[in-house]
Amino acid sequence: MLLHISSDGAPIYQQIVDQIRFRIVSGQLRAGDELPTIRGLAESLRVNPNTVARAYRELEHEELVEKRRTTGTFVAELPKRLGAAQRRRLIAPDVDKLLIQSRQLSIPLDELIEQLEKRDSQLDRSEARS
Amino acid sequence: MTDLTTPSPAVQIRNLSRSFRGQVALDDVNLIIPTGSIFGLVGLNGAGKTTLIRHIMGLLRPLHGSVEVLGQDPIADPENYLKRVGYLTEEDTLPTWIRVGELMDFSRALYPSWDDAYANKLCDMFGLSRSSRLRSLSKGLRARAGLLVAIAHRPELLVLDEPSRGLDPIARSDILEAVIRTINEDGRTVLFSSHLLDEVDRVCDTIALMRDGRIAETLTVEHLEASYSEIICRPGEAWSSPPTHSGVFGWRQTGDEWSAVVESAGDAAIPDELAVIERREISLSRWFAARAGSERDKPEADTPGTSSEVTADV
Repeated sequence: MLLHISSDGAPIYQQIVDQIRFRIVSGQLRAGDELPTIRGLAESLRVNPNTVARAYRELEHEELVEKRRTTGTFVAELPKRLGAAQRRRLIAPDVDKLLIQSRQLSIPLDELIEQLEKRDSQLDRSEARS
Repeated sequence: MTDLTTPSPAVQIRNLSRSFRGQVALDDVNLIIPTGSIFGLVGLNGAGKTTLIRHIMGLLRPLHGSVEVLGQDPIADPENYLKRVGYLTEEDTLPTWIRVGELMDFSRALYPSWDDAYANKLCDMFGLSRSSRLRSLSKGLRARAGLLVAIAHRPELLVLDEPSRGLDPIARSDILEAVIRTINEDGRTVLFSSHLLDEVDRVCDTIALMRDGRIAETLTVEHLEASYSEIICRPGEAWSSPPTHSGVFGWRQTGDEWSAVVESAGDAAIPDELAVIERREISLSRWFAARAGSERDKPEADTPGTSSEVTADV
């Protein structure tokens, strides 16, 4: 898995969690797909194996992946839907970032919403095509 | 050593002191490096890191205190000891007239545990040609040749003293990969001394900070996050010097704003007087900048930094 680890910013385990979570939630990794072994991923990312283990624990805790005894770590068959509050909390920092940036660019809120809706339907169309 | 359930530490140093011509290099150092860890050693130049490593490698005899590595005294039986460790420094210590193939043959003869298949694989991976003389190689390739002979006998302890200095990013990445690959084999330990804090942050699980010849603090990466955070303060009226509070240290000023490191992240109440506008997760480099400065540079040990705050040597 080609994850990108940057040296400034979020803690490394968090960067791993975020990127694998994104791959799962966006459907690039499908239920039942096997994640790389902890040691294998640690070696390819050049990070401490404990850090990868910590990221996998976190993903397991979110029930996005499951450990199968002796075989490895897999994307969960039925990813448990997070509660509404949990989901809102996950997206809150990005919402804040978007709002601050659009204020800075003097984009009124209704225009921003309009743009979001437009973009959303475009994404729907491209998804339908694929 | 006889206890098989809990492995003895890879390195155990007790009360080690050392001076050179009256200059204190190591001052009562106590250090335990657990087996299986990637242990980072950080500190400003002259903090004593290399002197400490030279003791671990058996290149210096402990005059005060004791050094035990892999359950043995590095000085007592160096021949047997050196078979079990791998060592790479920033210095080009390999003879330059030798060819890569000759270096490998020579090393194979030295190390009973030399793994030919692994050595050949590394040789290919690093793009080394057996027939080239070290003299004709770039600095990056020479470093890789040094790395090859440091790890192809699969040492129980790999010691890297500033291995990345002056190397290109790809050579540095090869070194980090070797570190992780070493630790991925059970029971092996890596000691990694570096000024490149982002590399230390990436690969190490435990970090010791040296200052003035002492181990100022040893902590795990997780413990670092849990124990410290950074605050950004914007005082209403400009401070001529930052307020003094226990557990708040390493002040640094940029324009109207001040940054400091606070102990015990989370719930600890911060006085209003500090006018905190933001609380951030601690980064290794910020912690290092706050902690690594010499006590001798400060007017009093208790007065947290002045405007002459020492910045990270990265």
